[in-house]
Order: sequence, then C-alpha cells, then structure tokens
Amino acid sequence: MVAEKRFPNQGEKPVIVVDRLTAGYGENIILEDVQLEVYPGEILVIVGGSGCGKSTLMKQMIGLNLPFSGKVLVNGINVHTEDETERGKLRREIGVAFQAGALFGSMTLGENVALPLQEYTNLPEDEINRIVRMKLGMVNLAGYENYLPDELSGGMQKRAGLARAMALDPMVLFFDEPSAGLDPVTAVELDILIKSINAGMEITMVVITHELQSIFNIAHRVIMLDKEARGVIAAGDPRYLKEQAQDPRVHNFFNRLPARLKERNF
Amino acid sequence: MEKLTIEGLTAVAEDTESIPEFAIGLEGVKGKPIRLSISGRIELDNLLSFRSELENFFERMVPASITLDLAGLEYVDSAGALALIDFKSEAKELEIPFNFENASKKIKGVMSLIDPEALTLASRRPEERPPGFFILVGETARLLWKDFYNLQSFLGDLLYALAYCLRHPHTLRWGDILLYMTRSGVEALPILSMMSLGTGAVIAFMSALQLKQLGAIEYVAPLVAIAVVKELGPLLTAILVSGRSGSAFAAEIGTMKVKEEVDALSTMGFEPVRFLSVPKVLASIIVLPLLTLYSMFFCIAGGFLVGVYLLDLTAFSYIDQTMKNVTLFDLVASLIKSVVFAVVVAGVGCQRGFEVRGGAEAVGTMTTSAVVTSLFIIVMIDGAFAIVLHYIR
Ligand SMILES: Nc1ncnc2c1ncn2[C@@H]1O[C@H](COP(=O)(O)OP(=O)(O)OP(=O)(O)O)[C@@H](O)[C@H]1O
Ligand SMILES: [Mg+2]
Repeated sequence: MVAEKRFPNQGEKPVIVVDRLTAGYGENIILEDVQLEVYPGEILVIVGGSGCGKSTLMKQMIGLNLPFSGKVLVNGINVHTEDETERGKLRREIGVAFQAGALFGSMTLGENVALPLQEYTNLPEDEINRIVRMKLGMVNLAGYENYLPDELSGGMQKRAGLARAMALDPMVLFFDEPSAGLDPVTAVELDILIKSINAGMEITMVVITHELQSIFNIAHRVIMLDKEARGVIAAGDPRYLKEQAQDPRVHNFFNRLPARLKERNF
Repeated sequence: MEKLTIEGLTAVAEDTESIPEFAIGLEGVKGKPIRLSISGRIELDNLLSFRSELENFFERMVPASITLDLAGLEYVDSAGALALIDFKSEAKELEIPFNFENASKKIKGVMSLIDPEALTLASRRPEERPPGFFILVGETARLLWKDFYNLQSFLGDLLYALAYCLRHPHTLRWGDILLYMTRSGVEALPILSMMSLGTGAVIAFMSALQLKQLGAIEYVAPLVAIAVVKELGPLLTAILVSGRSGSAFAAEIGTMKVKEEVDALSTMGFEPVRFLSVPKVLASIIVLPLLTLYSMFFCIAGGFLVGVYLLDLTAFSYIDQTMKNVTLFDLVASLIKSVVFAVVVAGVGCQRGFEVRGGAEAVGTMTTSAVVTSLFIIVMIDGAFAIVLHYIR
C-alpha cells in the first residue's frame, strides 16, 4: 500500500493558478469551472482520454486562447494581461515545447535556440552562441547547431524544441506529449532529461502525456481530466491513485499496466 | 590586506524595477591565495556585467589559488552557472588551484546540467561560409541547368500523364477538374474584365492622341483590335492566371509535399503527377482560351467606349472597322497560343510545388519562382509565336 505523498513545495505560493476556468471552442464548452494550482518546482502531469481537453487546458494556461470565464495567473500575472511590460515578463517566464517540436524549418538549430535570446536580452553574438551551445549540450545535441530541423530525427527535434523552450530559463515549462511518437528507449531518455532539468534548475513543469510509464517516471503529481465531467476528476500522486482510487475511470486508467511493470518499484 | 567590494553594474534594461544585482567581495592580495565571495543573483540580464567584472581577473591579481564562496548567491540561472564554470575553466587552463565553496544544492544542480565538453566540442558541421565569386557563378550556372533539366523532365512526365488520362478517361478526376475550372476560371472573371476594360480604354485613348495629329483617328479601332487579338488578350490572361492560379498550384502542392501528403499518395499507388497535376493542367487548358476570348471582348469594349464617347467615332464604324481587321487566322492562332500558355502556367506551378523541400520557407520561395518562371517562359513563347506566325502567312 502506498501512502499519499507530499509533492514538492505543496502549500507554498503557487506558480500557476487556474481560477474557475471555463473554456472551449465556439459554443462548445470543453472545460467547466476548473480549479487548479501548480506549485514551484513540481512536475505536474495532465492525463486523460483523447479529446478530454488536455491540450485545451494547456493552451489556456499559456494564454494562447481566451477563456469563456475565469482566469489563469502565472506568477501572479494574468496570462491575458493588456499591460505590455507585464506581458513581456510573462513571456520570459513561460517556455513551451510543442508536440512536434515546432522548430522553425528555415533556421538551423542554433538559430532556433538563439532567437528568444536575441529578442529578450541584449547579449552580444558570441555570448549568445555560448549559451546556445550550453543549451544544446543540456539536451545532448552538442555539435548540431548548424543542422536544419528536418535533418534530424523526431526525438532529436523534440529535444531541440526543449532546448529552445529553455533558452531563457523560464520559471514554468510546458511540454505537450513529450514521448508521443518516440521509441521506448528514447522516451525513457527524454523522461530522464526532463527529471534532471527539473531537479537541477527547479523549473516547474506541466507535462501532457498518455504514456503510463512516463507518468510514473516523472510525475510528482497528476491530474486526470474527463470529457463528460468537463474537468478534473482526480489529482494526486500517480502511485497513490493507482492503488487507492475509487473512481473506476481513474482506477482503470492507472492500472492498464503490463504485469511485468507492476512489480517494479519506481 | 586590502578589502574591496565591487557593486555589480546594472545592465541597461527596459523596466528598471527588476534588474538583478550581484556583488563580488574580494579577500587576499595580488599573487597570493584569493577568496572571492559572490552574492546576489546572476542571470541573463546581468550576465554581461558579471563577465566584465571578472575580465582579466587572472592578469590583474595573479592569484596563487582561488576559492569562490557562493554562500551569498541567491540565484543563478543556467547562463550564470555557465559564467561560473567558464571562470573555473580559465583557472584550470592557467593551472591555478580552484574550488567552489558553500554552493547550495540548487546551484550545484544547475552546474551539474552543464556539460563542459559540449561547450568545446567541434561542430558536427562547419558553419557555411559565403562562397567566392567563381564558385557563385559556377553554382548558379549549375542550378540553372539543373532547373532547366527538371522542367523538361517534368514536362515529359506531364505529357505522358495527360496522354494516359486521355486514353483512359475514366481515370480522370472530373470533380477536381471542375473545381479548378471554377477556381481559375469563373473566379477570375471579375478581375479579368476590369483589367481588360481598362487596358483597352487606355490603348484607345493613348493611340488617339497620336493618330489625331495625323488625322487618322478612325484607325483607333483597328489598332486596338489587332493589338488585343494578336498579343494583349492571350498575354494579359496568361499573366493573370499565372499570378492567381499558378502560384496557388505551387503553394498547394508544396504544402502537401511538406506535410508528406505527396509521399502518402505515392505509397497508396497514386501517381502524384497524374493525381495532382493533370486536373489542374486540364482545367487550365479548358479555361484559358475561354478567358482569353473574354478578355479580348472586354479590351475591345474598353476601346469602343473611349472611341464612341471621347473620340466621337460612331458605334457602327467602330464595330465595322474592328470586324474588318480581325481575321479568323489571328483569333485561332491566339487561342492555340493560350492553350500553350495554359500548359506552361499550370505545369510550372505544379512543378515548382513538387520541387519544395523542407518547410514553410521553401513553399514561399517556390511559389514566387512559379510565377517568375512561367512569366519568363510565356514571354519567350510569345516571341517564338510572333516569328513563326509571321512566316506562316
Ligand atoms: N481548434 C478547435 N476548434 C474546435 N474544437 C476544438 C479545437 N481544438 C480542439 N477542439 C475540441 O475540443 C475537445 C478537446 O480537444 P483537446 O485537443 O483539448 O483534446 P486532448 O485532450 O488534447 O486530446 P488528445 O489526447 O487527442 O490530444 C475535442 O473534442 C476537440 O474536438
Ligand atoms: Mg492534445
């Protein structure tokens, strides 16, 4: 039996507050009255069936789409603030690694990572190049700065997307489906990378994933969304949810695990 | 023993409230073991001033050994950690004993993420240098030749696919052909009539200014008619269709190429050229002569309006003069020419689309190239037609 564990910095001032958020597309409400806090330094994983609104929630949290009602605060700043300086500050605090990398195809990896540095700092060229090399080194892509994105494999593109998202050392890093489309070994490597970056830099991370193994590897806490409930139906330590959850939807999700892995102690 | 504290200079930044600060305390004298204690924050925004504080430190102080006390350091981001590691490597190069002291867990964590080898590792591919003059000339010539070759071989593929489809009409995708006929034909009508009407009117007006001096104002009608039927009608139409539809074909196929949709077609057993190009080219072949006729009509109508309302020619004589000077031979030759233009515009558009490699930028480049190339070829073909028709008569 697993006791519910405390996740890092629980009870501290949250980095992200999602306050009574209702959101969707057109007339269609996908999320209703969602309440959520993300604490500094934790890795929060968002799970749920396909189409339940994970990506929708993430787009709300990074301020890409306007909510129907409610609000999202990142580091105390409303993500839809009209204030230019506040917005600039916010953009520096948020890093997003997109599902397919979303690297700019006409730029080399180095230029991709250098772009936010050129925009938001006044560092000289060679200093930026040094930082770019360091970031690429962090994601094990040292030496690839002159490659174009489409000359790399999917896993490498994902890591490069991570390097670009981390260029400004954001306070919060969002990661949409890091392990989707990767082979299991590469996926585990990426998990290790995410964990080490989280531990080393204490970056708060919000990760969307379907991979159970990945969830158990990296999550300090998971929240589970549901399409019918239009919101969060469970939250907590994944191991705790796996064993203790009463809700059959939650129980089923976390126990669809190959027997071999059940014995293993993460 | 001297003791000094250097306040961190603040970097220039837009909002003054949040510039991070650091301070470096120094204990020790030149040539002896030195202890630096760093406090405050080092991050991207004050990285430069931190680096400049420590610049030439080794030459200035010639330390026997260095201890870097990080007890007061509240925060470093990865760039700050990089600066600290660089400082250490500099000491290492000069073989000066160096150690960090009182680094918090967090600072150690950040420093542990930085791989010093990655910083010095040679690029797997050297940065591209701008080529020299001769290389540039040679490369351009090679590319031009390759481009010409590709166009030829695509033309071959296209003609083969067209012939195949005409022999097996059931393989034609009539729905697509209708769609592209609407797109590049029907939807082009408003702009084409505007352009043609204006062009006809301007030609009539400008030539009238000259012809009036010669007392030959009645020649306005033949002049407009001949210019329009022989040259302007087909050219105007081809230019318009190239800008409206040739570019659209290139962008459409190019984007499909980027999204691997063209590869998907191939694997499903479709011949991409037949599947994607033939409907577009056939639609253009059907539509362009019709558009050309339409354009001729409006050009002459423009001339007619100017002639009748501004130049005081009678409606009857204008029409009569026009009919007398337009020969069926010219009309048919122009329509044949417009069919050739249709193959060029649609074919080059499709070919440029298939040439797209990479991403969004390539789609843009190839779309531009589709229009430029087809206009170039149209002008060449137009010249060839003019010469050939002159001798045929
Ligand atoms: N741009 C959009 N316009 C309209 N409806 C949308 C849009 N994007 C998503 N939806 C709808 O919102 C719902 C939630 O979509 P969302 O992309 O958030 O799901 P998800 O949880 O990320 O699913 P998946 O795991 O498949 O990525 C779906 O029913 C979808 O049809
Ligand atoms: Mg999604």
